[in-house]
Amino acid sequence: MTKIERVNILVVGVGGQGIITASDIAAQVGLDLGLDAKKSEVHGFAQRGGVVESHIRWAPSVGSPTCEKGYVDVLVAFELLEAARWVDWLKPEGVVLVNHQRLDPMSVNLGKAAYPDEDELLAALRERAKRVVVVDALPLAEQAGNQRTMNTVMLAALSSMLDTDPEVWRKAILRRVPQKYADVNEVAFQLGRQVAAS
Amino acid sequence: MKVLLSGNEAIALGAWEAGVQYASAYPGTPSTEVMERFAQYPGVRAEWASNEKVALDNAIGACFGGARVLAAMKHVGVNVAADSLMSVSYTGVPAAFVLVTADDPSATSSQNEQDSRRYAQFAKFPCLDPADSDEGRRFAGLALDVSERFQTPVMLRSTTRLSHSKSAVEAHVPEEREYEGLPRYDRKVAIARTILPSVARRRHPEIEQRLRDLAAWSSTEGFERGLHHLRMGDRSVGVVTTGMAYQYVRELLPDVSILKLGMSYPVPLEKIREFASQVDQLVVVEELEPIIEEQLVNAGIAVAHGKDVFPICGELTPAVVRAGAIAAGLLDSVPTPETAPLDIEIPERYPALCPGCPHRAFFYNVRRYKRKAIVAGDIGCYSMGALPPFTAVDMLISMGASIGMAHGFNRAGGQEAAIAVIGDSTFFHSGIAPLASAVYNRANIAVVVLDNRITAMTGQQEHPGTGITLQGEAGKDIDIAGVARALGVDFVEEINAWDVDGVNSILRKAMAHENGPAVVIVRGACVFTPYFKRQPIMRVDPEKCVTCGMCFNVGCPAIVRSDEIYETSGKRKTAIDPLLCTGCSVCSQVCPVQAIGRAE
Repeated sequence: MTKIERVNILVVGVGGQGIITASDIAAQVGLDLGLDAKKSEVHGFAQRGGVVESHIRWAPSVGSPTCEKGYVDVLVAFELLEAARWVDWLKPEGVVLVNHQRLDPMSVNLGKAAYPDEDELLAALRERAKRVVVVDALPLAEQAGNQRTMNTVMLAALSSMLDTDPEVWRKAILRRVPQKYADVNEVAFQLGRQVAAS
Repeated sequence: MKVLLSGNEAIALGAWEAGVQYASAYPGTPSTEVMERFAQYPGVRAEWASNEKVALDNAIGACFGGARVLAAMKHVGVNVAADSLMSVSYTGVPAAFVLVTADDPSATSSQNEQDSRRYAQFAKFPCLDPADSDEGRRFAGLALDVSERFQTPVMLRSTTRLSHSKSAVEAHVPEEREYEGLPRYDRKVAIARTILPSVARRRHPEIEQRLRDLAAWSSTEGFERGLHHLRMGDRSVGVVTTGMAYQYVRELLPDVSILKLGMSYPVPLEKIREFASQVDQLVVVEELEPIIEEQLVNAGIAVAHGKDVFPICGELTPAVVRAGAIAAGLLDSVPTPETAPLDIEIPERYPALCPGCPHRAFFYNVRRYKRKAIVAGDIGCYSMGALPPFTAVDMLISMGASIGMAHGFNRAGGQEAAIAVIGDSTFFHSGIAPLASAVYNRANIAVVVLDNRITAMTGQQEHPGTGITLQGEAGKDIDIAGVARALGVDFVEEINAWDVDGVNSILRKAMAHENGPAVVIVRGACVFTPYFKRQPIMRVDPEKCVTCGMCFNVGCPAIVRSDEIYETSGKRKTAIDPLLCTGCSVCSQVCPVQAIGRAE
């Protein structure tokens, strides 16, 4: 296993999906691996059901806390439409981890816009990215015992796409989640690891 | 051990470590967490003020009494505090005085992109610009030192990107500390604390000298203390930069010579002259206004590139700095990676009022009066009333402006009824004075106070209406209806925020009220407060849904389309996301065919 030296991760989705916690953990993993790490996101107005974007960068020394468009190694999308919205940030040999969840924006519910066809959307992602891993994170989180562990499933899947020690991820997650949810998160982590490995 | 802290958290830590005793702030994105974090440290007094000027005045009073103080606010909050800010620069300060401001390039959560460094320049005191969390912490301490040494207020200026990025700092466990009160008030201190005209005239030349002294200090001891950072590399280009812009420069131009300034006003001119003499050309990279560039140009230092290639508008990003560096000839134009968007149409995703939000029934109602009334909005979550599906805000300017704008519109002869919409926290911030003016001038306006018992938009901070202080003590809660009556408002009514018809009928009465303003308080707690009561969730009976779409007009994220098609219309029926629904029932009240009821 080659030791990972630097990575740009962009996590996107919809406010309320647990993206900020997941990003905090992913940034902490960078530090725990002995690298420098930064993360950045926008709070406030953008969060109320709007698009959430969180940047995580690991390197021996990180300057900018945000990724540059066209230089993202891994796009982690918690929602299908958001994967399509942000895939142009990916570098040509970048990879996508996408949660197979559809959350209709208000514009779609109001009938003013159409949600893209899911198959076409995934095909377009596959055409653009070197690899696309699709995870059904919500059912897996339910299987683990709590829907709120969806972000743990996503982190576990991400961990298996990066050449890193899964133990570091597992520990970082368990340090962050409330003690009483440790068990369900443990199960969610194992389920997420299996999906992306397969 | 290193831990990740946000810029705001790090500034709070640094201020506490450097001995700030008293702090006051009004919440505002992206500055809020500075005070939230500071208030948790031992041995400090930290308060939410009702607005930024009050926060600054609190800090001034505490400082004049001898306390080391901090005031925190967002960039536009400084506008509110500006009156006192200008004068406290003249008086000077007997103990450390740090003003933390957080600017918002790209206006991610704000009404403009103003650069607070202009205020430092305007009010003639120094401005420090940290570039990461570690510097936020360290510069907080330096700011205190500079303040005490030069008896000047000091601005510690952050931006959204710094405030809300996390980067590594050395972990620190705060030791116990007891709050120390103030000494007996010393009337003989050197500074004049009473800014009468004679004092202002005497102080002005001293303030000018203070700036010259600061610039000289910055060039010498400032360097030794690690305020600035010099890296000599390729001498064909010397970049002068500051704050977050430095991070982009050091990554994109790893070989050039860099002079990174920790204090952007006043600049260390002597040091910059020396740097300029060692490089072939000087380039200035800074976000927003050309504060550094102008100081250099005014001093006769040649700047090859600055705002000609690095834009004034919008946040600097790695891509923007790269483009500027290419335009300045500092970087070769490498083939940009393929970043064209996908060839599919991607619908916009606007922010929306949360499921259960107490503002929903009001905006649902008010959008029906578009022909009869105009709505002057205000700053808070309810600014989202301007977005679809409501699009029910006709004017919006700044905190507390709704009442004054509605008043002006009405008194100037507006043909439509004028409705001012203001939140509870904003009412206490700057809604009381304009309400007094509306009563006095008999403006026929309907003032709707959306009282959700919290400062919601910035992440649920207490305020004078909630009666709980920042440090969790019992304050005294102020009754908004009582305030309105005391100001002489004849029509004051309160209504349950989730009663759609009730809100409508009271709104009609308020709009018909004459001879002075009518105040309607729409009461309902924000879903994020402990006072919000979840109820059994709602569900749609698919047998009854006729896909009329009325329920979508309440703009609730929990209301979605199901896969079931209503044959008559060919449209997908409504469904309610059981995970998101809070059971507020607003949707069921607007459904014309009673298809929405409580789930069993």
